[in-house]
Amino acid sequence: IAAVLTNPHLERPHIGKIAVNTGWNWLIEIGFLPGVTDNVGATARETIEDLLKIKFKPGEAAYYSQIFLLTGNLAKKDAETVGAALYNPLIQRLRLKSRAEFIKEGDLPIIVPKVTLAPDDTVIEVNLSVPDLELARIGKQGIRDADGTSRGPLALDLEYMKSIRDYFRGKRRNPTDIELESIAQTWSEHCKHTIFADPIDDASKGLFKTYIKAATNRIRRKKGKKDICVSVFSDNAGAISFDDKYLVTHKVETHNSPSALDPFGGSITGIVGVNRDAIGFGLGAKPIANVYGFCLADPKDVRPLYRDKELRQKMLPPRRIMDGVIEGVNVGGNCSGIPTPHGFVYFHDRFRGKPLVFVGTVGLIPRKAGKRLSTKKAARPGDYIVIVGGRVGQDGIHGATFSSEGMDAGSPATAVQIGDPITQKKLSDAIVKEARDLDLYDSITDNGAGGMSCSIAEMAKECNGCEVDLDKAPLKYPGLPPWKIWISESQERMTLAVPPKKWRAFKSLMERRGVEATVVGRFTSKGTCVVRHRGKVIMNVSLEFLHNGLPKRKLVTSAPLVSGDPSRKQVRPPEQKASDLTRTLKTVLGRLNIASFEFISTQYDHEVQANSVLKPLQGRGRVNGDAAVIRPLFSSPRGVVISSALFPSYSEIDSYKMAAASIDQAIRGAVAAGGDIRNMAILDNFCWCSSNDPLRLGQLKRAAEACYDYSLIYGTPFISGKDSMFNDFKGFDEKGDPLLISIPPVLLISVLGIMKDAEKAVSLDFKFAGDLIYVLGETREELSGSEYFAYLGEKYGKEYLGTSVPGVDAADNRKHYVQFGKCIDKGIIASAVAVGRGGLAVTLAKAAIGGMLGAEISLQKISRRASRDDFSLFAESSGRILLSIDPRKKKEFEKNTAGRPLALIGHVTEKPELVIRGLRRRGARSRGGGNSEVRLKLTDALAAYKSTFKAH
Amino acid sequence: MAAPRILIFSGYGLNCEEETAAAFELAGGRAEIVHVNDLIDGGKKMKNYQILAFPGGFSYGDDTGSGKAYANKVRNHLEDDLQRFVDHGGLVIGICNGFQILTNLGLLPGALTFNKGARYIDRWVDIEIEGRSPWLSGIKRISLPIAHGEGKFVLEAEELDELRSKGQIAARYVKGEICRYHDLEANPNGSLEDIAGITAQEGRILGLMPHPERALWTSMSPDYQFLKEKSGRQGKKLAKIGPGLNIFQNAIKFSQKS
Repeated sequence: IAAVLTNPHLERPHIGKIAVNTGWNWLIEIGFLPGVTDNVGATARETIEDLLKIKFKPGEAAYYSQIFLLTGNLAKKDAETVGAALYNPLIQRLRLKSRAEFIKEGDLPIIVPKVTLAPDDTVIEVNLSVPDLELARIGKQGIRDADGTSRGPLALDLEYMKSIRDYFRGKRRNPTDIELESIAQTWSEHCKHTIFADPIDDASKGLFKTYIKAATNRIRRKKGKKDICVSVFSDNAGAISFDDKYLVTHKVETHNSPSALDPFGGSITGIVGVNRDAIGFGLGAKPIANVYGFCLADPKDVRPLYRDKELRQKMLPPRRIMDGVIEGVNVGGNCSGIPTPHGFVYFHDRFRGKPLVFVGTVGLIPRKAGKRLSTKKAARPGDYIVIVGGRVGQDGIHGATFSSEGMDAGSPATAVQIGDPITQKKLSDAIVKEARDLDLYDSITDNGAGGMSCSIAEMAKECNGCEVDLDKAPLKYPGLPPWKIWISESQERMTLAVPPKKWRAFKSLMERRGVEATVVGRFTSKGTCVVRHRGKVIMNVSLEFLHNGLPKRKLVTSAPLVSGDPSRKQVRPPEQKASDLTRTLKTVLGRLNIASFEFISTQYDHEVQANSVLKPLQGRGRVNGDAAVIRPLFSSPRGVVISSALFPSYSEIDSYKMAAASIDQAIRGAVAAGGDIRNMAILDNFCWCSSNDPLRLGQLKRAAEACYDYSLIYGTPFISGKDSMFNDFKGFDEKGDPLLISIPPVLLISVLGIMKDAEKAVSLDFKFAGDLIYVLGETREELSGSEYFAYLGEKYGKEYLGTSVPGVDAADNRKHYVQFGKCIDKGIIASAVAVGRGGLAVTLAKAAIGGMLGAEISLQKISRRASRDDFSLFAESSGRILLSIDPRKKKEFEKNTAGRPLALIGHVTEKPELVIRGLRRRGARSRGGGNSEVRLKLTDALAAYKSTFKAH
Repeated sequence: MAAPRILIFSGYGLNCEEETAAAFELAGGRAEIVHVNDLIDGGKKMKNYQILAFPGGFSYGDDTGSGKAYANKVRNHLEDDLQRFVDHGGLVIGICNGFQILTNLGLLPGALTFNKGARYIDRWVDIEIEGRSPWLSGIKRISLPIAHGEGKFVLEAEELDELRSKGQIAARYVKGEICRYHDLEANPNGSLEDIAGITAQEGRILGLMPHPERALWTSMSPDYQFLKEKSGRQGKKLAKIGPGLNIFQNAIKFSQKS
């Protein structure tokens, strides 16, 4: 066994003892806590079973732990600090031994993290005929066990609890625990998106139907035959037409709450989870690209935060969170063989309490699977309810309900999990590459939030009923109470409806692919969701009540401030000396929100599946691009362009303009790369805070209005979305003083576009000296919320919010996006990039670094300059594309962009220097002369851009 | 001449089987992706193929060492078939995780371990071909992408001497076109003597860390947008086919001859 588990060139096995007895001072052993996914242990077990041709008996297992040996003059405290940085107490245990202790004890006794649960078949009845106060308590803190402890949040408010009480009064009985838990999962904000669904002010149909869905419906009607949408909002992902044989899907999820507690586990289960949204789309789409986005606090911030007043539950510091979430997508994406060509990082102090982890997956599915339309799926009465993939444990209890609330000391650690991407890869391949086209099942969906309770009940809508026998559910270990089995979110599982006559073929295929498949019940047409355990019915709730019984709450907003509000004083930061602008630009290039994050791009495989065309790092200088292009089919030249954008720093000033800017920037990023705005769809991810506060709801409503207005003008339909409404951290600082940290409201817009020819994609880097540099679009005095104002704010210790968040003239922009698209099509454009965070100065520097070439620019040529040079350089006005062309194509280019706000601002130079002339001398003269130009050496620009994360 | 049949292994987390199949097909072969369990239960037979390919991926999540668990599975069930295949003169290629599997199977010497930077890395490299292998004939220097966490080739000194004297070193990382374009170091993972690939059995078995199947078209190259612009200005047409295909074409040609 030792021989098959080690490589003789690299490792030496020791059996029964730690052989290394000298040369170290401290020993640290880190192992998993009982029940935590142990992938190495599982693979070792499979290897041993296969070698010895045996099967482990129940209770037998292989476990994995790591031993670190520390050498040096370290005090116990130092060794403890090292240990603390290596493990996470929510999922792991740590043992620390000095050499003296080790020698005295003679060995390191083995700790076996076996889960031993006393068999628990209890089903309790929950008495809801109690005073409102108690009813509310149950809804918030959960059902109480016999010993008085609460089982964890149901996240059901009093109105919801009353509806449940009344429903069961009608049935003349109290609900069982499993019934109440099941309803709580289904009704959770996480699953039902009540804040987007409930009536709000005069919008009686709620935000989603009034603004998001209505816009899509109108766009589709207007586009008529040119409508690109195929499946919107109804399935696990949204889908648009790729060509006449294929569709592409996209879905972007968030996994914020779990990532705050266990960054690695949170982000890996996030990415692997959203892969299942592709696999669970229609009859199963193949994931062809992953995307990511991390909103984080400054990794250098070391101020501690605690979840409890007693300062026992310490939150992980920003650096640990950053490293962990990056690693999670690394392992999840790389191991799954899905390329990750696009993503972003964004930093803001207010992500200190709770980070945002965005994960998305683009999928590809043939329009027809076997003889069926791949988008049509429906479980039929009599079909087996089949669970495939991983087994059920008590990991991931209350994930759906916990993420529907703010985070505090009561947030359950059991919601944290580690992913097992290989189990899912086996499942994904078996479904998408084989079973789907063999017509072996009628329906499929992801088993995510709420576990079986949500996936089965959701699928049961397709045929109107289900009957489940929980005794058949495959368990990781015995002893789980039925309510836990039903709602556990244990990973890597999907739910399918398999006709009985196809079961044998399905089961046999899964077995041959190393995938576990289990029948846990049958779909019915009886209108109810019935669950049995040990022969007894423990849940019997009508599907109608389960899905539609939740009362609508009327949401009321109060008007947020808008950017033009006279009560807001515009504080102008002091004018920067012209002679300082070179240094300023250099500093801004190294800011967290601008700097290169190459270390992330290169640790994510972006070339697997051999579909990469426009890569995450572009040009000689390897600059992070805003968009990526893939070519998903070897047989077709068509491409898929993906991009994304967000402007959290605009939100508090004007959430309407924030949303508009996000939409414009995401679309423009894709347009600059060669995307066709007429062939583009968008996705929304609202991540809000304190969403029961009318002011926050007011901001939300304004943002939703912008979604309607701008998607309509751009003609880019929303096809899918996901929101997360309570990103607040309620905790304590190091003195035990209470603290509330709410994220700034965020709307992430993601673009999915189809290109007729992926090879037409254009990268951002300048290509040749002598090329002409243009800006398409106007530069205005719009700096509120800009990266430049953030920089000045930090420099002067002030907050320059101002009132001038960039506005978006979408109707005008759309015209030049279309005309620009024609130029790309004709091969006129040598380089292009959307002007974004940091404004023109930063974008110019990126294009120069990308090409490792210089540029000479005249600021006077920019159309409609701002009142100050630094404002012209750093304004984040929307609608702008920075581009370069071969001078011989000048006429053709200008003809094709006639009538558009176009400015020829300079040319590319061989000399490796970015020179910006045409600055007004005013600033310089008043301060006694100096350079009146920006003159930044390429080497300095490169160093500034790449130095920030150099040590990462 | 009949197109040779290529068996491409899959299952348990291998994940480059589709593009590897596409590469062989594009080169004129008949590629078939076969789950290892279908070989084990006898539904598919190795002897019906002329070329075996172990593609890249993350078999068993690298949990017990990259390529280890998959190699164990193959050894436990298919060792004889595989040996017979090799003895009868068949061609074998292992790319990335496939290379790691081949070393664990003992078909190739040495081992691949964690990159010197201890992190997974995806970038392009330049390799220089040496030694003789039917897979690599006519190729001197090519640029290909790598994507791995464990690509550092290691071997004991005396075995390395043997490798050298027998001409089993297939390719080394060098500073070529791509490294100069991106200003990157030649050897990204700290591989012993810059070794990127090795061979055995007169070159018929090839293990390669870089991925030729990810360089089938010029448009997959990181300098594609630059090359496209450059050739456009020179009035030239940029070749559509990328550098990686040659390796697969070589194998097809060799199989057809033998």
